[in-house]
Amino acid sequence: MSISIEQVNKRFGNFVALDNVNLAIKTGELTALLGPSGSGKTTLLRIIAGLEQADSGIIRFNNEDITGQHVSERGVGFVFQHYALFKHMTVSENVAYGLTVKPKKFRPSKAEIAKKVNNLLELVQLGWTADRYPSQLSGGQRQRIALARALAVEPKMLLLDEPFGALDAKVRAELRRWLRRLHDEIHVTSVFVTHDQEEALEVADRIVVMNKGRIEQDGTPEQVYDNPANPFVYEFLGNVNLFHARVKQGQSSIGDLQVPSPEYTNSEEQDGLAYVRPHEIDVFNLPQPDAIKVKLDLVTIVGPAVRLEVLAESDQQLIHIEQPKEQFKQLNLKQGDTAWILPRYTKVFLGEGI
Amino acid sequence: MSSLAQTQPALAAASLPKATAEPAWVKWTLVTVALTFLTLFLVLPLSVVLYGAFELGVKVWWDAITEPDALAAIRLTLFVLVIVVPLNAIFGIAIAWAIAKFEFKGKTLLISIIDMPFAISPVVVGLIFVILFGSQGWLGPWLSAHDIKIVFAVPGIIIVILFGTLPFVARELIPLMQQQGKEEEEASLTLGASGWKTFWYVTLPNIKWGLIYGVVLCNARAMGEFGAVAIVSGRIRGETNTMPLHIEVLYNEYMFTAAFAVSSLLTGLALVTIVIKSWVEYKDERRHKTA
Repeated sequence: MSISIEQVNKRFGNFVALDNVNLAIKTGELTALLGPSGSGKTTLLRIIAGLEQADSGIIRFNNEDITGQHVSERGVGFVFQHYALFKHMTVSENVAYGLTVKPKKFRPSKAEIAKKVNNLLELVQLGWTADRYPSQLSGGQRQRIALARALAVEPKMLLLDEPFGALDAKVRAELRRWLRRLHDEIHVTSVFVTHDQEEALEVADRIVVMNKGRIEQDGTPEQVYDNPANPFVYEFLGNVNLFHARVKQGQSSIGDLQVPSPEYTNSEEQDGLAYVRPHEIDVFNLPQPDAIKVKLDLVTIVGPAVRLEVLAESDQQLIHIEQPKEQFKQLNLKQGDTAWILPRYTKVFLGEGI
Repeated sequence: MSSLAQTQPALAAASLPKATAEPAWVKWTLVTVALTFLTLFLVLPLSVVLYGAFELGVKVWWDAITEPDALAAIRLTLFVLVIVVPLNAIFGIAIAWAIAKFEFKGKTLLISIIDMPFAISPVVVGLIFVILFGSQGWLGPWLSAHDIKIVFAVPGIIIVILFGTLPFVARELIPLMQQQGKEEEEASLTLGASGWKTFWYVTLPNIKWGLIYGVVLCNARAMGEFGAVAIVSGRIRGETNTMPLHIEVLYNEYMFTAAFAVSSLLTGLALVTIVIKSWVEYKDERRHKTA
């Protein structure tokens, strides 16, 4: 089922939650709506589900206008951040709910429902919990049950609102890999909301980056990460260092360092901001041409990686660097030493940035 | 290492109470004060009621409560309960639902207004309705023209008791429903359930214990309501006397045994109410523990 969102606006009082949003989601895709809190991503998801009404604009499923259709008739599966399992029902009653509340005409027989519930519980690998109550399960288990419950009615699409947001880091990582595999198995059109860029990059076929009620960029994880459309996307998709740059005729100068900026060949000389990711900086223990001379202010070893905070000698600017531990060890440098750094990859945006 | 781990908690347990507990005399003084107070103001009066009721034997007690006027009072009280309690339950659910699940203007005002019946003296409540519906009142001429009797009749009694017990169910449910939020209802809707089915299968089971608790309290108050009823009922024996009014009539006529007999019945009902209330609290607590 494809989803098409056309010129959707939504306000809560004076707060603009969605500002003229247009988006098309293809059948079978797993799409991530990624953005900081207040960016409108959850509102957009709830409008697709019918839990919220847009002030203006049109929502289409498979080209059919369903803007005015009630949530109970849209046939969407919705998974909530805090699971929203029915506390007073057992796990199997929860999963069966969507089938048991169907009007008599469309309701499967008791045996069929029981069979389906069993299959779904097997699918989420929780068959043994059938007679338990949600309160007896862990957070990760509850969320898998919530997913099974949503799938029971064979929804046309699956909408997940920060599905792993309430779980601890390890369960989170497991569950998102599991969701990815599940999606590869059942191929239902899915949209999930997250503020965690790593989660979006790992799980999604496609990432829609949102900010202040608008869509900033829309593309595959690789496109969005490697070619951020603007400074916001760049900053949101991982840590970043900012440098002042002067841009002139396809060249940017950052201090003494010259980097090519072919996208600005025609521009007059103007201010820009250069973005460099911490892991895209090389560190040397001997002087290099054009390299920036720095002092190692702080060296932190985080598992297999080393995080460096260095101060540029010229203007005392703080620069973050990340390196594999082995690579750093070979340099034989320690905290307080002098070193030289060179950005491997730089992205320059004109203006004062964000 | 293992022996250390075993001895340390024991040491801590032995030394802890000294640091945190009050001296024993504080504890025992407080317990004594509480028990004396309870005995003086609860147990003693209750015993007096029962003693007074059965002083002249069970036969006299039985005669006193099966006397026609007493029976009429009991019947009227039960009739009022049957009307008032369900109405209040429905109203309570409706207003709690509105407050917990919707955003609208005047919500804070509504929440504060809902406690009004508790704040206003019952006598004033009675007077308000006499002024509204009495023959000299605002709506009096219209009502008598249509041959509708409210004041000094059963409808008046029902109205003032309804007013007086209005907040019980709502007050119980509002915090409960606010805390539960609306996610479970939303989940139910996305699964294709209609609004009515969602209410029946999801909302109602979630508020069940709070609702029962509110109903029990409402019931207790409705049985015992005196001041407002005394004013609007007109105290017509055998017709508009509820049990509390009947007791007062008997007492004023120096029929102490009969007064105590009917009182014992009312007290008995109150005790049953308290037992139900405790049971509900117990069940609710257990549910929270497993949750």
